[in-house]
Amino acid sequence: MVTQDTLTPAPATPVSAEDVPVGAPKMRARDVSVFYGEKKAIDEVSIDIHTEHVTAFIGPSGCGKSTFLRALNRMNDTIASARVEGTIELEGEDIYQSGMDVVQLRARVGMVFQKPNPFPKTIYENIAYGPKIHGLAQTKGEIDAIVEKSLTRAGLWEEVKDRLEDSGTALSGGQQQRLCIARAIAVDPEVILMDEPCSALDPIATAKIEELIDELRGRYAIVIVTHSMQQAARVSQRTAFFHLGNLVEYGHTSDIFTNPREQKTQDYITGRYG
Amino acid sequence: MSEVIAPTRTPAFEARLKKRYAAEKRFKALGLGAVGFAVAVLLFLLGTMFANGIGGFQRTVFEVPIDFSRVGLSVPDTDNDSVIIRSLQSQGLPEIVQFAAEETLGAEGAAQVNSQAWRDVAAQIIADPTIIRRGATFELPTSEDLASAFAGDGKRDLQPLARDLAERGLLVDALDWGFMQRSDATDPQLAGIWGALMGSILTMIVTLLLAFPVGVLAALYLEEYAPRNRWTDLIEVSINNLAAVPSIIFGLLGLAVFLTIFPGYRSAPIIGGMTLALMTMPVIVISGRNAIKAVPPSIRDGALAIGASPVQVVFHHVLPLALPGILTGTIIGMARALGETAPLLLIGMRAFVSTPPSTFTDNATVLPMQIFLWSDQIDRGFVERTSAAIIVLLVFLLLMNGLAIYLRNRFEKKW
Repeated sequence: MVTQDTLTPAPATPVSAEDVPVGAPKMRARDVSVFYGEKKAIDEVSIDIHTEHVTAFIGPSGCGKSTFLRALNRMNDTIASARVEGTIELEGEDIYQSGMDVVQLRARVGMVFQKPNPFPKTIYENIAYGPKIHGLAQTKGEIDAIVEKSLTRAGLWEEVKDRLEDSGTALSGGQQQRLCIARAIAVDPEVILMDEPCSALDPIATAKIEELIDELRGRYAIVIVTHSMQQAARVSQRTAFFHLGNLVEYGHTSDIFTNPREQKTQDYITGRYG
Repeated sequence: MSEVIAPTRTPAFEARLKKRYAAEKRFKALGLGAVGFAVAVLLFLLGTMFANGIGGFQRTVFEVPIDFSRVGLSVPDTDNDSVIIRSLQSQGLPEIVQFAAEETLGAEGAAQVNSQAWRDVAAQIIADPTIIRRGATFELPTSEDLASAFAGDGKRDLQPLARDLAERGLLVDALDWGFMQRSDATDPQLAGIWGALMGSILTMIVTLLLAFPVGVLAALYLEEYAPRNRWTDLIEVSINNLAAVPSIIFGLLGLAVFLTIFPGYRSAPIIGGMTLALMTMPVIVISGRNAIKAVPPSIRDGALAIGASPVQVVFHHVLPLALPGILTGTIIGMARALGETAPLLLIGMRAFVSTPPSTFTDNATVLPMQIFLWSDQIDRGFVERTSAAIIVLLVFLLLMNGLAIYLRNRFEKKW
């Protein structure tokens, strides 16, 4: 049920460095630059991603936030001209070192895309595909259990439990996106990257996804790229503001939105440009 | 003061409007004419072909009763047909048939019974051995001369005999199922299409087995793995050009390469199939690449993002989605290969082959080649046989396309 409360931005959770004990960061990026051919899309960004946190990347179009997000699970590898410099570590391990298995990396760092992209297969197969290829489950019973657990966590189980054999593409846009989230969590990742997951959805579906993100925060490190500052304020604990390939400011969401250090951040969040 | 008229209501404007509508009407009429012309040509083609071809499925036969109860033939207890035929021959079946024909038709008529007619009788005895204890009325093929005379041309001196026998109901045109079971022969009365059909089937199997996997793998590699550089550009241009190379060039290639490597397999379906595969492969590569390109990148991203390896992405997601498009390209390529004659001329598949091929290395000919060979014959009987062979080729083509369309629809998925 969507109430006025869920649609209006809730006051940012008061988190500060003191009251949330944060251990070693899940992912650590140091001096990361991303190039497309000769063009530098990201310029020496350093950032820590913490588990049980939602980290939001905000900034105007073309600022490089999606590029940086895709660098975190090496999805940029599919673009021939893309090149990454600097180090990105997942639990202390450099993900760009030659020994890193990119298949394993992506199983640990899942991703949800801007446009819902379920496979043109059944709902069941959409979820079961990841566990099957990684050999996470052997028997039909185990896979069934994973499918149910993932769909339940994604808040979709009640809606689809009687139609698991229907095509995933037959669902509504919001359901498809939750199916994609369920697909990502079915392989039990440590980090979930979300690239503007609500930009193709209506406000009600958006509210459901935001609720879901808030619930999932308890188990995973979540990074979300968003165009909506209200969304960043609602769902995230930490916010990073990107501008022209630079990380301008990174801090607790409450600080960024109420008391930004940089003038550029202030201008952006008050709607001077963007 | 004159009234102000809006520019769209002036007489000049209305005249222009009329002209515009007239132009549209002209264009419509022209288009309709073009479609009508195409349909008329097609109907004429199909009409004449079927009118001629129906005759090709018939042949001229004598209706001759043969009573075997008087002669006491015996059928050896074996499943080997050729043994039975040889036994019947040594027991004098040809002479018995000839004698029965003389009794019914008279000496003049019996002289025009086809010398191979007893083989048809033998075939019926094999199908139903109880015939040898009673007898039956058999349809004995006539000689080619009498068949032409019956059709109203050929040797003039046989025409009165043909008329006489026809009036007595002994000479008729009967449906000839044997046409689908026999192979090429010098006598159109004895010629059949089975050998060429079998040759086409065997050749197509070889072509499909070579061209489909190679074409699909090449398309997948070029789309999914190959780096974009000067070399892959060169390969792309080469493949596109290969698809446009006249087919006879591929025949020369087959002659120069395949027959040099395998000199013993001249006129064999395996060499024909290999040559046609060369021709079909570029078509499959091009259509395959287009189909693979049309798979939305979001599906690839989704699979990669949950940790599928590139090979898994290709085989679990891209290939199933691209398959309908690949199959369409394969249909076009195979249909072209099925109707191809020129390259096969060069590798010796134009030989006279009277035994149907049963393996990939037997001598064989193919349907379009059989049509070409028969259309070259002087005998009148072959004109109708040629049309009948064309009908068989077209039906085979339709069946093949129908199967491919069925498969394509089965694999088609919406997203």
